[in-house]
Amino acid sequence: MNPPRHVSHDYARVYVWEQPVRWFHWINAATIVVLGVTGWLIAKPPVFLVSTEASFNDWFGQVRFIHFVAAYVFTANFAFRLYWSFAGNKYAHWRNFFPLTARQIRQIGEVLRVDILQSTREAVHTLGHNSMAYFTYAGTGLLTVFQIVSGFALYAPMSDAWLPALFTWATPLLGDEFSLRTFHYAVMWAFTVFTIIHVYLVFYHDYVEGHGVLSSMVGGWKFMEKKQIASEETAGLSPYPKPRSRVPVAPPRPAKTG
Amino acid sequence: MNSPVLAPAPVPTVYEQMASRGVSRRDFLKFCTWMGAYHGLENDGTAQIARAIETKRRIPVVWLHFQECTCCSESFLRSSHPIVADILLDKISLDYTETLQAAAGHQAEEILQDVITRHKGEYLMLVEGSVPLAADGCYCVVGGKSALDTVREVAAGAKAIVAWGNCACSGCVQAANPNPTGATPVHAIIKDKPIVNVQGCPPIAEVMAGVLVHLLTFDRLPQLDSLGRPKAFYSRRVHDTCYRRPNYDAGLFVETFDDENARKGYCLYRVGCRGPSTYNACGTMRWNNGTSFPIQSGHPCLGCSEAKFWDNGPFYQRLTNFPGFGIESTADQIGLGVAALAAGGALAHAVLTNVRKRHDIGEQPGESPADLDPNPTASEPPQKP
Ligand code: SF4
Repeated sequence: MNPPRHVSHDYARVYVWEQPVRWFHWINAATIVVLGVTGWLIAKPPVFLVSTEASFNDWFGQVRFIHFVAAYVFTANFAFRLYWSFAGNKYAHWRNFFPLTARQIRQIGEVLRVDILQSTREAVHTLGHNSMAYFTYAGTGLLTVFQIVSGFALYAPMSDAWLPALFTWATPLLGDEFSLRTFHYAVMWAFTVFTIIHVYLVFYHDYVEGHGVLSSMVGGWKFMEKKQIASEETAGLSPYPKPRSRVPVAPPRPAKTG
Repeated sequence: MNSPVLAPAPVPTVYEQMASRGVSRRDFLKFCTWMGAYHGLENDGTAQIARAIETKRRIPVVWLHFQECTCCSESFLRSSHPIVADILLDKISLDYTETLQAAAGHQAEEILQDVITRHKGEYLMLVEGSVPLAADGCYCVVGGKSALDTVREVAAGAKAIVAWGNCACSGCVQAANPNPTGATPVHAIIKDKPIVNVQGCPPIAEVMAGVLVHLLTFDRLPQLDSLGRPKAFYSRRVHDTCYRRPNYDAGLFVETFDDENARKGYCLYRVGCRGPSTYNACGTMRWNNGTSFPIQSGHPCLGCSEAKFWDNGPFYQRLTNFPGFGIESTADQIGLGVAALAAGGALAHAVLTNVRKRHDIGEQPGESPADLDPNPTASEPPQKP
């Protein structure tokens, strides 16, 4: 093999997704799949022609049981992620999820131009998610909250536990249990659509940007040219103030952006 | 009093009236036991009921009819124990009720005025039917007064209000989308009086009787749930007391009304049963003297004791039309459509991306065949800004 003849692009390895974030992601993914499949079965159970008596079967009860257990895991996992958005590193911080700074809003526009309109080939390089992705996850967070609230509200009549009882107020908001159930089911579809787009986009970003985003949710590392890292840091994508004790490395500000 | 209906004075107790009608002591106690059991009272509750009925004077009752089909009255009259209807309709001094009273016209309206002035603060107001608010209430006018005026006037002096059936509790079919007459339940109009919502289309006769007996016996409202329904009868779902429930847990479902599973009496969940979200006592009390109830007859529960049950159609599907997407589109159709769109979009995008990526390959060292050239020339890699 010949040594590369060009100058090195000087990639750096950055530990972006800490272990708790990765655990959250995969537990979340697994529970969503389980909840989606069991939820689908609960809404539309297949009909079997069998000659056994009811006392020898309880598959539908089991499916519902799995749904409820997965729901508890899903909820606890989400609660943990909320905590981690305060305790975790800057890429996991809650402020990323809301486009509060001009820089974030501008980046949403840039991402849409590159990914959807494809009017420019200049990729947006970010270490965490890009602002558009963060914002989308705020949306799925809302859906998650809705599923948790509506799910427990629907579950409350069958349970004596205190947790579901906390959500009974949700039923009258949507009129009645039946409507609530319809919405709970519809949001399952929203998650399905999200999953399709999400999985595609992760592949796409890995494919065109080469930062290793696909594997980053496994190992936590992303890879980026030092130059890009520096420009991202100066652009101040992470909108919250850094801890005072740490003096940020100050790479030269790009003379003009725009 | 100019009306013979209001003549009796001194007012006899309910029991005295029953006895004079030939009700035996034994039948009377049986009835009291029965009512006690319905309310889930302890043994001595029966004695309490008996004592109350023996000693209490009749309560004046005004039973108003608005937008309704009279099925609540019909249900009540078909109460399994004839004595129930008898004491309650005949003996609790039903002073005014459009369907049953002998009086008509001005005479009837006079009686109503008489009751609400003479028994101010004492009488029970029972309402059957919803109150139309659209077009100044012109869709329901009795004796020259709109239902809204009557309901306000009568409620003002009522001790408590009992809303009979889905119409009075949540508007029923006439309040279904688009609710042309502005049909409104009583609790949405009267805010300052205790209201008991006796849900159902119609409510079960024994439930109606039970609520009245409770009011008569204890002189206070029964325990109500967050929607104002008596907990004794509406705290459990039809699904929880349904005898087909083992089939539900076993995943044995009827798919069509004429299949083998229907003949076996499997669960009706797939054919639209609303039992899992309907609070009523059908599974335990049943109808028509405990003979049967819809599910026992092979028909899924329609959820008639829930608000908006007409809008949650079609009745024979578990998945309903999804609000806001026009008729006949369920969450599934919409969801599948959007998912297909997303998948299609991803596919098209992937093709475009590949075209684009071709430009990017070769940008980095080692990527293009030219890099393998042992004799490099002075070509520099394109620099990123
Ligand atoms: S028939 Fe209806 S109420 Fe009975 S178990 Fe099945 S779903 Fe529940």
